Amino acid sequence: MAKRIDVSGLSAYYGAHKAIDDISMTVEPRSVTAFIGPSGCGKSTFLRTLNRMHEVTPGGRVEGKVMLDDENLYGSHVDPVAVRRTVGMVFQRPNPFPTMSIFDNVAAGLRLNGKYKKAQLNEIVEKSLKGANLWNEVKDRLNKPGSGLSGGQQQRLCIARAIAVEPDVLLMDEPCSALDPISTLAIEDLIGELKERFTIVIVTHNMQQAARVSDRTAFFNLAAVGQPGKLIELDDTERIFSNPSVQATEDYISGRFG
Amino acid sequence: MSHAIQERPVSVAPRRGSLSHARLPRWTPAAVAAFSIAAGIGIGLAAGWHSKVQWGMIAALLFVLTTFAVTTKVEGSRQAKDRVATSLVWVCFVLAVIPLLSLAWVTISKGMEVLDMYFLTHSMNGVLDAEAGGGVYHALLGTIEQVGIATLIAAPIGLLTAVYLVEYGGGKLAQAVTFFVDVMTGIPSIVAGLFILATWNLMLGFGPSGFAGAMALAILMMPVVVRSTEEMLKLVPNELREASLALGIPKWRTILKVVLPTAIGGITTGVMLAVARITGETAPVLLLVFGTKLINPNPFEGAQSSLPLYVYEQYSVGTDAAVSRAWAAALVLIAFVMILNLVARGIARWKAPKTGR
Repeated sequence: MAKRIDVSGLSAYYGAHKAIDDISMTVEPRSVTAFIGPSGCGKSTFLRTLNRMHEVTPGGRVEGKVMLDDENLYGSHVDPVAVRRTVGMVFQRPNPFPTMSIFDNVAAGLRLNGKYKKAQLNEIVEKSLKGANLWNEVKDRLNKPGSGLSGGQQQRLCIARAIAVEPDVLLMDEPCSALDPISTLAIEDLIGELKERFTIVIVTHNMQQAARVSDRTAFFNLAAVGQPGKLIELDDTERIFSNPSVQATEDYISGRFG
Repeated sequence: MSHAIQERPVSVAPRRGSLSHARLPRWTPAAVAAFSIAAGIGIGLAAGWHSKVQWGMIAALLFVLTTFAVTTKVEGSRQAKDRVATSLVWVCFVLAVIPLLSLAWVTISKGMEVLDMYFLTHSMNGVLDAEAGGGVYHALLGTIEQVGIATLIAAPIGLLTAVYLVEYGGGKLAQAVTFFVDVMTGIPSIVAGLFILATWNLMLGFGPSGFAGAMALAILMMPVVVRSTEEMLKLVPNELREASLALGIPKWRTILKVVLPTAIGGITTGVMLAVARITGETAPVLLLVFGTKLINPNPFEGAQSSLPLYVYEQYSVGTDAAVSRAWAAALVLIAFVMILNLVARGIARWKAPKTGR
């Protein structure tokens, strides 16, 4: 199930602009890895290179290698669609499909991929919604539109949708930044449960959140505006927040930035 | 009202910076409007003007001026500007609605004279120009068939072009397509008719038929469909596309199952507007479908009729009976477009993204 991600020499571009430069790191399976760093340092871009969503952006281009266990995601025969089935993603703003009911939203990944058995569908939807801690709140209104839920519920619906296709890795791009503290807590608890089954990578601007949920933390930084972002260091979360090995990390974490 | 004016300077004279000041009651605009209309009619009658347009202009002018005067006196100059802007908007709204209502009224009142089931179910076969009777069935049938075929040709092509432009385009080809779609939007309908006449009828040697007319109508319809669909697809948030792609759903399925359903309401409306536009076209139909008094259910062979063409023919005949038939056919035409619109709106509402709990 959960797989190890091994990135080496990865750079990403938007047209001629280099957004991230030569990043190498390893993400351990069944753990939560948090990416922190100032805005514009390429955390989200890097996250999107991990399931080949970066190239969806016009002009997006990637150099380097991303090994998922022993397969290079950027190998010449790799189908990006297959990669995205293996590496799921949750976005910053909750984005349930507005034309679909709660049930259809969760089932969307399976249905639209065309590989499911009708009898299993109910079971998978229930399991995914339970996995996202949303089942009890929506079990009586599965046929109502997903857009009628609150923001926090919508985000958990999106998580249920992402885990319904049984990916190996779950990428989360600031999943709580649009949510209130209570919904945030619900999602953080959920992340703690999900890491038993998935490899989780989470981008966050909230350092307390990184400290609470992650096992390992990566700090990204950029030399100046317009310069590509770089990985400064990746270490156990405890070490990053208590005794980081690079001065810039400590400055950023303690708020003495710049 | 006057009470408030007198009282203000005396007792509660609002200090500078106070948030409260005198307000006109809610019914003021209605009262001013009633007064202006009454005054407009009064002045018009007194001066002996016959033109109702002059009465209306006096009333509109009075409405704006009285609003300004009253508000300045009571509420102050900033409120006065606000109210004048509001009243101008109202005047413009009324000006825009008057022709619409008058058109609907004239068509309905004149059209109802001969419009009945007989009119809808009979053709003009054997009916003389000056004679009452006859009907519109052949023209209605022709319109339905021609517009239907035109839609079948233009809607899929237009829809797919828009999908290409929004979802796949971006290079030189997309720019060229956009340019030609813009150029096509400006094609006069007679030119589209002449184009089909030159190629289909003169070069390939086919006779007049509903299908030839439908092709010309399709040329007119296509750019409208492309433009409106394009705008609707651009409104679909990119996040939905990304959410779908990130689930490992291929791009074509994303477009088919996520993007198009989200925009379907607007797309339907756009297609219906295009249909409404071509339903009223006379010129290409005149050239290519030719017109007939007989029922011809086969759009691929022989002359047909159509509603706008029928209206044109009957009106040019000029006898009382024919002019009544022209009005009735015009009413049928308007009703036809309106029913189509209502149906489309129903579909759009039924399919639109759902909200609520």
